[in-house]
Amino acid sequence: MTVDAVIIGSGPGGSTAADVLTRAGWTVVIIEKGRNHLLDARDMTKPASDYSNDEIKFTNRHFLGPDPFLEPRTFRRGHDDGDHTHVGEVNSIPSTVGGGGTHADGKTPRFREVDFGMLSTFGPQPEAEVADWPLTYDDLEPWYAMVERAVGVAGTAGANPFAAPRSGPFPMPSGAPMYGATLSTAAAEKLGFHPYAAPTAANSVPYDGRPACNNCGFCAFLGCPIHAKGDPVALLTRTMATGRAELWPETFVSRIRTEGRRATGVDYIGPDGIERSMDARHVIVAGGAIETPRLLLLSRLGGALVGRYLMVHYQTIVVGVMPFDVHGDRGRAVTHVHDDAMIPDDLSRAAAREAGLPWLRGGMVEHGGGGMPVSEAKIYPWGAGHGATMRDSRMRRHLWAFIMQGEDLPYRTNTVDLDPTVRDVRGFPSPRITYRGGRHELAASAHHGPRLEAVLKEMGAVWTLRTSSPGGSFEGIRRRMIPESRHVIGTARMGVDPATSVVDPYGRLHDLDNVVIADSSVFPTASGYGPTLTLVALAARAAGALAGTAPEL
Amino acid sequence: MLPQTGRWVHLHAPVEHPTDRADDGARRAERDSHPWYRDPVPIWLTEAEYNTLRAVCDALIPPDGDSPGAGEAGSADYIDTLLGAFSFDPPRIWAGGPTSGRAGGEACFGDFHHLSALDELAWRTRIEGSQGLAAREFNGPVTGYQQRYHEGLGRLGEDFPQAAPDERVVRLKADPEFLELVFGHVCEGMYGAPEYGGNHDTIGWRAIGFAGDVQPRGWTDQEVSAP
Repeated sequence: MTVDAVIIGSGPGGSTAADVLTRAGWTVVIIEKGRNHLLDARDMTKPASDYSNDEIKFTNRHFLGPDPFLEPRTFRRGHDDGDHTHVGEVNSIPSTVGGGGTHADGKTPRFREVDFGMLSTFGPQPEAEVADWPLTYDDLEPWYAMVERAVGVAGTAGANPFAAPRSGPFPMPSGAPMYGATLSTAAAEKLGFHPYAAPTAANSVPYDGRPACNNCGFCAFLGCPIHAKGDPVALLTRTMATGRAELWPETFVSRIRTEGRRATGVDYIGPDGIERSMDARHVIVAGGAIETPRLLLLSRLGGALVGRYLMVHYQTIVVGVMPFDVHGDRGRAVTHVHDDAMIPDDLSRAAAREAGLPWLRGGMVEHGGGGMPVSEAKIYPWGAGHGATMRDSRMRRHLWAFIMQGEDLPYRTNTVDLDPTVRDVRGFPSPRITYRGGRHELAASAHHGPRLEAVLKEMGAVWTLRTSSPGGSFEGIRRRMIPESRHVIGTARMGVDPATSVVDPYGRLHDLDNVVIADSSVFPTASGYGPTLTLVALAARAAGALAGTAPEL
Repeated sequence: MLPQTGRWVHLHAPVEHPTDRADDGARRAERDSHPWYRDPVPIWLTEAEYNTLRAVCDALIPPDGDSPGAGEAGSADYIDTLLGAFSFDPPRIWAGGPTSGRAGGEACFGDFHHLSALDELAWRTRIEGSQGLAAREFNGPVTGYQQRYHEGLGRLGEDFPQAAPDERVVRLKADPEFLELVFGHVCEGMYGAPEYGGNHDTIGWRAIGFAGDVQPRGWTDQEVSAP
């Protein structure tokens, strides 16, 4: 039996492709290397009941994977570090049915027009290879609208003065603002910023057979126990209900098989440990911007640019301690954001000149607080006073913070490749991440950090701290050079010219006729917005092109 | 979609794990017959090791009049349960879902998840160490938590519980790698879900005003948005 498509990865990209293709009548097999905790194993048209408000399970014991023992990754900043400086977790997005959608707190902004044309709008940057996308916002807008309805996005049209035009309203109104956000948005507005309710894939009202979010606060990095999140549960249950899909968890694709310019199927290793092959008319790769290039490299496909231009969002983190309780542990983790750091102004132009750069862009700034008690307890010094510090709870009850998801530029030297010595449990080379923030990222972070700090002081903070991930833009406590961002982007960039890109404008590999990449690997530039909705819209568009279907409006 | 050709992937073949200690079953039965928050019975550590560990817990997070120490809260029991996780079936690695019953719903956290073969390999290796087994050493030997606790507690000495507070601090600081390991686990045992063996009767959460797991009740919009 040959299926119409094998889809590698069941995260937001893979599940979207599966949804579009199966509704068009295609038969698909979705292969997921992680475990299934999202769908009922006895009836995959229904959600499972495995998720819970359990900090130990999700943040200390790798419930959503990947387990760094079984699937280690390695890290180095550059060639001068040798083979690697770290083995273990690096930018770990869940390896589980539903992928990165399961642990995210659901912020799903669209990109703006300019994000598709960075080179023509802003011009080049030294050392980086800034590029325009081979499509425009207008090309993607109908797909944005379609996937917002499919996953269920809550938001308020018109709330963001910088937003790109929309063809219709959000499917749901925005949910309840966190108390801290009501204060930080007021302070930000007073200082000239333009905060707004974050577009969020968490139900504010019952939607598509799933309940409204009940604000439990265990959102970021945990699965949703009541399935109110717009993780891939909606797409996957709908896909499975067509009867045209199989989903194989705990199964690892080790190679894409090819003959000439066509892929013929894949080799895979199932939970029984036996390596097998399967035939497919099309191969959709949706492993994310680290596992996708790894598979292409293992398969020797895609050309010399595979793995290059890795971007991770350079995070600027500004923390304030308030003299009052903001109870940031209630609600959807982040309910408000602002985009001002992505809009050039006289101050950012001056900062760019001072840094010797043509321009600077920051990223979307998330207004958030909270934290869970085990994580909080590990931060404080042990010994006498620990109990009192936990009762006072600066982090969980008094902390409010901004995280700027800074746009990092595409550098040829930031890469994913195969580690020369470290292997996964199945014996395949681990992915190696080589990443170092460039001058642009450091300068943008250093410029915007103090401006965000001023907002926290306006809000009433009695103590503030600036740091970044990876470290480097501020002196201080944070010097860890491994980026903690889960927004992994790039590594198989999209373009019209095979000499400068890996895939065409529909995600198809230039060197094969029937292999399509449906994840954030294909982004030529990172923008400063979370990548999920855009990768989902691109996956829908790519699958629609394969199946000959238009966006459902 | 059926197998075409097959071969065993050598590092993924069925793994034979060493058997648990012979007396684990009896120790587990004894433990299960006692409410752990009243009469803790170590399931993997020796009595002496357990007593040392409990003193370590209180040195790291001491009682202060308003909050319990980590010893009373059950961090030693949490660690002991982790070290002996595979003496339970299913192993006490991942508590069940979706609710604990504390905020409504059914009490499901106690229904621990079954592990896949790979998950068992990972957690046995993490806890028991690689022990020279090829399946566990695909990236080299691993020293497990059990050995690290045996050796770490041993270095602190059986007289650690009787040592003066300043002397306890000196001994703990003399072993920074063990200190880092045990402090992380002590925090997990103090503030993690009680089903993992610590945070007895949610005493850790209550001491800091943390509601704990709140599904299916959650928080109302008013509770989220108002001061």
